[in-house]
Amino acid sequence: MNALQLCLAFSSLLFAVGLAGALARSNAIIVLLGLELMLNAANINFIAFWRFSPSSAPATGVIFVLFSIAVAAAEAAVGMALVIAIYRHQKTIRLPDATDLKG
Amino acid sequence: MSAALAIVALATLGSAAAAMLGRSLLRSIFMLAVSWAGVAAFYMWAGAQFVAFAQVLIYLGAISMVALFAVLLTRQSRDEASPPPAALRRAILAVVAAAGVAAVLLWAVAHSPLAVSGSLAPATSVRQLGFDLMGRHAAALLVVGVLLTIALLGAVVLAADGAQERPGDEP
Repeated sequence: MNALQLCLAFSSLLFAVGLAGALARSNAIIVLLGLELMLNAANINFIAFWRFSPSSAPATGVIFVLFSIAVAAAEAAVGMALVIAIYRHQKTIRLPDATDLKG
Repeated sequence: MSAALAIVALATLGSAAAAMLGRSLLRSIFMLAVSWAGVAAFYMWAGAQFVAFAQVLIYLGAISMVALFAVLLTRQSRDEASPPPAALRRAILAVVAAAGVAAVLLWAVAHSPLAVSGSLAPATSVRQLGFDLMGRHAAALLVVGVLLTIALLGAVVLAADGAQERPGDEP
């Protein structure tokens, strides 16, 4: 395996760890943070292809990752606000208990 | 060079797995912060210093703080010390699904003809990055700014207490 494949294997494993956490845990905050881990794995792919691919535009990968981080930050803020809203209505953040969407 | 990548990858994956396995919520968030720092170290290794800086600033500085505040605001009396059998079954299914996804991805990575160019590290200065962001990608930058503004306003509206109409406020 060359260096690019090592980076891609690293990001694949990180994605799998985030996926397992997002599927297995019942705490809404940990599920959101597992999603953030998966987004980080995607960003690692962007940087790896930017670093090792034959020459493209010089800053394409970096700009991709910057926009991706911005969208991830917005997603995290909205997700945490949703967690707080669910907690106010139902007094729990365990996802198996929060099955009722009616306030 | 590969040894540094291996160390960074092992530290990142280990702390991420510890965060996903841990019972304590605060310890999970701390281990996730360690994992995000490992991703920033990977960016430094790959020569993307500005992205590493942004990663530390946004993930370690902002998102971990937001997660900590969410934990503190939703503090529960009872914890999930003893998982019921349904949770255990779901955890086993989740690990099986994640292992399947990892196997497919690793197989695809190992069997793809990925060529590595001889000239590494397309050096990008922050100056060049700024020119690109303000020149070719100015429209996308504006769209991301509008998206962030709307998302944060929406988060405030969602998290704020609804229906705080005091009778004295009416004119």
